[in-house]
Amino acid sequence: MSVHGERPILEARGLTRRFGGLVAVDNFSFSVHEGAIHGLIGPNGAGKTTTFNVISGFYAPTAGRVFFRGLDISGRKTSALAAMGLVRTFQGSTLFQEFSVLDNVRVGRHLGARAGFLSRLIGTDRLSEREADAKARETLAFFELEELAGEPVSNLPHGHQRMLGMAVALAAEPKVLLLDEPFTGMNPEETRRMMALVRRIRDRGVTVMLVEHDMQAVMNLCDTITVMNFGALLVEGAPEAVRNDPAVIEAYLGSATGNGAGDAA
Amino acid sequence: MPEPVGAMPATGTGGSIGRIAWRLRPVFLFAALAALPYLLSYSQQEIAVLLVINVLLVSSYRLLTLTGEWSLGHVVIMGVGAYASALLAKQAGVPVPLSMLLGGCMAAAVAALLSFPLFRMKGFYFLIGSFAAGEIIRLIWKRFTDPFGGPKGLKRIEPFPDIETGFLSIDFYEPVNYYFLALVVVSASLFVLYRIERSRIGLTFHAIHWQDRLAESVGVDTFRYRTLAFVIASFFAGIAGGLYAHYIGAVNPTRFSVDQMVYVLVWAIVGGTATFHGPILGVVVLTVINEIVLRALGLDTARPLIYGAILILSVLYLPNGLESLGPRLRALWQRRRGGSAAAGSEPA
Ligand SMILES: Nc1ncnc2c1ncn2[C@@H]1O[C@H](COP(=O)(O)OP(=O)(O)O)[C@@H](O)[C@H]1O
Ligand SMILES: [Mg+2]
Repeated sequence: MSVHGERPILEARGLTRRFGGLVAVDNFSFSVHEGAIHGLIGPNGAGKTTTFNVISGFYAPTAGRVFFRGLDISGRKTSALAAMGLVRTFQGSTLFQEFSVLDNVRVGRHLGARAGFLSRLIGTDRLSEREADAKARETLAFFELEELAGEPVSNLPHGHQRMLGMAVALAAEPKVLLLDEPFTGMNPEETRRMMALVRRIRDRGVTVMLVEHDMQAVMNLCDTITVMNFGALLVEGAPEAVRNDPAVIEAYLGSATGNGAGDAA
Repeated sequence: MPEPVGAMPATGTGGSIGRIAWRLRPVFLFAALAALPYLLSYSQQEIAVLLVINVLLVSSYRLLTLTGEWSLGHVVIMGVGAYASALLAKQAGVPVPLSMLLGGCMAAAVAALLSFPLFRMKGFYFLIGSFAAGEIIRLIWKRFTDPFGGPKGLKRIEPFPDIETGFLSIDFYEPVNYYFLALVVVSASLFVLYRIERSRIGLTFHAIHWQDRLAESVGVDTFRYRTLAFVIASFFAGIAGGLYAHYIGAVNPTRFSVDQMVYVLVWAIVGGTATFHGPILGVVVLTVINEIVLRALGLDTARPLIYGAILILSVLYLPNGLESLGPRLRALWQRRRGGSAAAGSEPA
């Protein structure tokens, strides 16, 4: 098992989110340790994306609390959480489709490229902008996308768009990165590269929590896995333990649409 | 999307002369603008003044649309600037140039207050919300005769003070002189608007338009930036209002009704909002059509009908606005020359 601290950097306690009568997340608790790659899995509709939406401030929790570095962050604004170092990516290709690849990552540098209104107006923000540009290119280079910097996003194949989504998030210099299905729609080669990148991101000191259906990838990559079903915690533990847990196998076999059923069984 | 920097047409064999002419286009533009009033009749000069003011109105409106929100209250916000500047000059004796600036600030302050209810909504709801907010403001003007003058509005608003020095005397009652005053104020305002758009602030506005959730997730406070766009746009609309009030000398609630807002929308849509110059093109071309062609034909009473027709035609045949006409014609021209240069031309 990889080295990671014992202090939880991200923690949910009794998290609940209702949509009308539907309980998407139901009294759900977990804790992510600093420096870990932490998996969050479960059948389709289990509430994984909703959990990310609540943690990252897109939805307020109906009940329960979220702690980030020991601080109660429940219900805080997404942008404020990003400023604290909690950044998420989106399921699918959520990008600024009309921008160039570089401009996407430049927006990701929003927090790092501070300047006053007047200095933007008269152009004295040039230094901080040049720095932001350099950082953006560095981030693109990390994902081997620097050649595509000038391309419009809509020209990129799906796999590259997924990587760019991660690049935009990473440009914000998170302490905790929430990845929602980072490998979906990637071919095995791309998935392998992406897994290596996730490990390198962790080695740079970023704690990673990821939702993923590709069980092989999850089992290989994660230090700890939390399994949720019907919005609630099912099992939490090391990959080997989770893989062989009868409740997990049951949940995946029992769900009609469980994408990961084949791999999990 | 931000425009390509230094977009320049491939000048082909016409080479250096064409390129120098292209470089010098601000000089030509200013020469033309300076010569313009002397080529016009007195009544056309008056229209030219209003046109310059409307250029600022529609350009400031575009800044708000960068974040993806279209308001129906922009003309009312212009009215806030007009009323505030007029009242400050009439009742508090504030000197007129300063009152205009304060009118802009008042419009910005009203926008800042309105942001709290309005930016809880998006898209269609924002549109309707902004309309409702505008109507409430107009109702206040109508209802409170003191100080707003009720339905009749304010009359005999202080004119812009004459400049009298020993050898120079400028009377701003003359449309030519007010034209130059408006031209200076509007040019300076456009410069500021342009700088904002080309800075990271503009990039952030565009980002919010295309993917506000993603922008928020990397730390953009989308509410703050939407408010910022609204406040800046409103400030300049307020300045346009001040220029209007002290030129015409009277303001009333009807002048800032939603009919007037429809014209702003038509200018912006017909011109196109993808580029900085699109809405300016729209207001200039439509004003010329309206004031010269229609008036000459005696059709100016059919203005709403003809504006409607132009709007429909442009949406059908020029969906990206007049601004897309230049690049299209350029591409066509290069193709006809069988130019290999066409390969290097920038996309529309
Ligand atoms: N905004 C919403 N409004 C109503 N129901 C929602 C909303 N978001 C998610 N849900 C519901 O919550 C449940 C969990 O969805 P989700 O979190 O997307 O699952 P997962 O990501 O695990 O597949 C689903 O039944 C889904 O339909
Ligand atoms: Mg999901």
